[in-house]
Amino acid sequence: MNTDAITLTIDGKKIEARRGDTILEAADRAGVYVPRLCWMKDLLPAGGCRVCTVRVNGRPQAACTQPVAPGMVIENDTEELRELRRDLIDMLFVEGNHFCMFCEKSGNCELQALAYRFGITAPKYPYLFPQRGVDASHPDVMIDGNRCVLCGRCVRASRALDGKHVFGFTGRGPGKRLAVNGPNLAATDVAAPDRAVAACPTGTLLVKRVGYKVPVGRRLYDHSPIGSEIEPQTPGK
Amino acid sequence: MAKPKVATTSLCGCFGCHMSLLDIDDRILQLVELVDFDRSPINDIKEIEGQVDIGLIEGGCCNEENLKVLHEFRRHCKILISVGDCAINGGIPALRNMVPLEECYREAYLNGPTVVNPAGKVPDDPEIPLLLDKVYPCHEAVKIDYHLPGCPPSADTLWAALVALLNGKAPELPYELVKYD
Amino acid sequence: MSASLQDAVAPVCESFGRDRTRLLDILLAVQQRLGGIDDRAIDAVAAELAIPRVDVAGVVSFYSFLAPGPRGRTVIRLCNDLPDLMMGAEKVAAGLEEELGIRFGETTPDGRFTLEWASCIGMSDQAPAALFDDVVVPSLTPGTARRLVAELRRQGDAGDLRRVLVREYGDGANAHDLVRASVKNNLRRAGEVIFAPMEAGAGLGKALAMSPAEVIREVKTARLRGRGGAGFPTGMKWEFVRAADGPQRYLICNADEGEPGTFKDRVILTERPDLLFEGMTIAGYAIGAAHGILYLRGEYAYLRDYLEHVLAARREKGLLGKAVCGKAGFSFDIRIQMGAGAYVCGEETALISSCEGLRGDPKNRPPFPAQRGYLGHPTSVNNVETLCCVPRILQMGSGWFASMGSRRSTGTKLLSISGDCTRRGVFELPLGTTLREVLAQCGGEDAVAVQVGGPSGKLVGPDAFDREICFDDLATGGALVVFGPGRDPLWVASQYMAFFIHESCGYCTPCRVGNVLLKERIDRILAGNGEPDDLDYLARLGASVKTASRCGLGQTSPNPVLSTLENFRPAYEARLKPPVDGRQPGFDIAAKLAESQRLTGRKSVHFDA
Repeated sequence: MNTDAITLTIDGKKIEARRGDTILEAADRAGVYVPRLCWMKDLLPAGGCRVCTVRVNGRPQAACTQPVAPGMVIENDTEELRELRRDLIDMLFVEGNHFCMFCEKSGNCELQALAYRFGITAPKYPYLFPQRGVDASHPDVMIDGNRCVLCGRCVRASRALDGKHVFGFTGRGPGKRLAVNGPNLAATDVAAPDRAVAACPTGTLLVKRVGYKVPVGRRLYDHSPIGSEIEPQTPGK
Repeated sequence: MAKPKVATTSLCGCFGCHMSLLDIDDRILQLVELVDFDRSPINDIKEIEGQVDIGLIEGGCCNEENLKVLHEFRRHCKILISVGDCAINGGIPALRNMVPLEECYREAYLNGPTVVNPAGKVPDDPEIPLLLDKVYPCHEAVKIDYHLPGCPPSADTLWAALVALLNGKAPELPYELVKYD
Repeated sequence: MSASLQDAVAPVCESFGRDRTRLLDILLAVQQRLGGIDDRAIDAVAAELAIPRVDVAGVVSFYSFLAPGPRGRTVIRLCNDLPDLMMGAEKVAAGLEEELGIRFGETTPDGRFTLEWASCIGMSDQAPAALFDDVVVPSLTPGTARRLVAELRRQGDAGDLRRVLVREYGDGANAHDLVRASVKNNLRRAGEVIFAPMEAGAGLGKALAMSPAEVIREVKTARLRGRGGAGFPTGMKWEFVRAADGPQRYLICNADEGEPGTFKDRVILTERPDLLFEGMTIAGYAIGAAHGILYLRGEYAYLRDYLEHVLAARREKGLLGKAVCGKAGFSFDIRIQMGAGAYVCGEETALISSCEGLRGDPKNRPPFPAQRGYLGHPTSVNNVETLCCVPRILQMGSGWFASMGSRRSTGTKLLSISGDCTRRGVFELPLGTTLREVLAQCGGEDAVAVQVGGPSGKLVGPDAFDREICFDDLATGGALVVFGPGRDPLWVASQYMAFFIHESCGYCTPCRVGNVLLKERIDRILAGNGEPDDLDYLARLGASVKTASRCGLGQTSPNPVLSTLENFRPAYEARLKPPVDGRQPGFDIAAKLAESQRLTGRKSVHFDA
């Protein structure tokens, strides 16, 4: 028997986990999908979007940063947490300017896919219509700040995976914005193949001249919800 | 027994959602069997005539005229549905929300490359509806019962929603019929 | 005043050993020389420290006291917390705007003055107050504000800011040569622990005669709990740090009291700095730390030279440095880390980020600071008042300390009391004192509501006045704002939400967005456009923000809304109107058409009566 193995329960189901795993990693391995947005494989977790909030022995915790412990009782797919996640997704939609109808990322966007999965047809909060910028200065990559959810995946990926530091954040609170390491994107050493560019869950970071290549109907989330790649069975079908 | 009544209108939209409704193809014959149309661009009735069971709103609220029509629909419709992204989040017209209103007026009436306006002032003609400061989703102005997103929502989405409502059920649509594009 | 870029940046970076973890100090010093930190200065600092410029820009834009653009040679920051607004800050603001000919957020054309709002600057007992650079000007009236500005202008840049602004020194050490402030202590009641007459050094002497484990045991026996508000047992925290692995450990004193209405640490720092440093030294001994950091909020920069002087004197006496008090093997020294105007840095992991020269984002837990804190080392972060209790516990014994207060909340508590009462100031009272007694002492008997614990605390009404101030009932870090007849609970909630929006770090979704949404709905109700459903909306949204937020700021920021909904519901209900014809009452048509009416010069066809 593996001494590093521990047992915990998620929504009443017993699962095995490895010591040192986060709850999210353990759940993934057990085929249980914990919704997430700012988390990305190969990067340190940020715990910023809070979409992966679960209850651990009753206390709310981000599944992406909380390590497993023996005997943990975890609630994940409960009505309360589904509502909480809908609230968070709604907040992200009204906080930015998300025009899915012409966005190149539509169909492959994780924010949109989460909204689909949670059956959101309209946000419950008023739109904030913020002023955000577009930076198209670079020949191969562009930024549309209107779609940024401040997940920091590009910031972390550029540093950890590309060995660069193209992205960062400026401002604070509602004024927090994605920023680049220079006066504009063209002045940075970003390149289209950077993992940081691909890391963007929304249409904020785009490689130019490749948009809309995949036809509607064949995109990532056209037929099956986000998370079904983890779950043995697709819900909602 | 009288057939349920349906009314439709387009506020600040492109009529694409109405086109999608026509896109239900031969099912339109069934629809005409099932319902009567009150005010709608389909029959060119301009004012709602009586109580309506289901109202479909395409487009968001961009000006005072849109609001007036939306209020009228809300008053007369038992069930009011926002159809399409413009009604739900302002859509393409809401791109102007990031531009100061004064600049919008100046571009439209004074500075635009195709503008001929010897008077050199923004017109004050009451026939031209006053713009709201921003383009708003319909549910921020009136209560909306259901939302059918999409640009436009597919014909199948519209059909499935209408069939459900006509059977007295809430439109609970399968995953593939709820899309934002 | 304004040095050339290279002259300003290179020597400053050099003086901090080009250590990127001292970025905050470096930027504060560069700003002092250049007047602001523009893109060129950011580039220069980044080049000197060999770090990405976006990281420097990220820090500059995070802290309120750092400014990217050029600013006036004197920056006037008028405090806009509630007690200040209640005492007429808006009239002072109007006076300043008129005198200077600029609005808030602007700089005079001659580059002399910049006018800004500041969140609480720790002077709620002598409000309205402002900072002119780092000179505090309390008890302002519109008249004095205008006179002072006119006088500064008349004297030109050569004039000494302090000489014009400080007409009369405050009491006690406020008159010290290195302070020279017109701030008053307003110490209304000295209790047994912090402000009692005491023998300096007695506690440290006793501690050093014991083993660190014995010191911790004594603090545990006294049942000392953290005075910042959360009430975590101090001895237990120290035990965790002591038990953690690592070649070094750190002790950080959190002197970033930023909760609006709190100013007790100001009085400790002014009148009892030695007691605090003694407490830090004992704590360092107990946890095995050689380094202590006093994180001093930027608003209290006027106390910095004085505190440095006290530290120097202690070094001279052998109370800090190598072999403290001759105790072999125990070296301990303290450095002061200046904050730069960010309330969130009062959160212990954000404070650590700030000490490390980063944006003041809280960190993920685990690991907890006791395991991996400052620069990855085990760290104990303790409140000023908590650390001041420690020498007294050692000196007088844990039994003495535990005999005061209630069973689970021992000792005394400093309360910062402001608002509608006659005796504003600091009160040291035994824990367990009822709110009614507190109100009697401060002359706030006709209160209709009291905010206990600052905005992240609770707004309570008269039915709660018999409750006790302690960790187990009405917990508070020490701020009490008294509201008299005629004050509006919804206005209070709206103002507090504005504070949280301004002070959220923006790292997590619920706090960054949720607070904005909460304020939008409160303001809608305040404007008379609310509807019955809005109360559920607020309660649900508030609950989501509390549940999902990453740190204590967002986990408590909905409290102004939730506690007023709970305790002052009729104030909400009286303003609601039911929807008519299915319209959303909150959709203010007149407001949304106003600009078009102005631009076209005509009325609405449909919506003008």
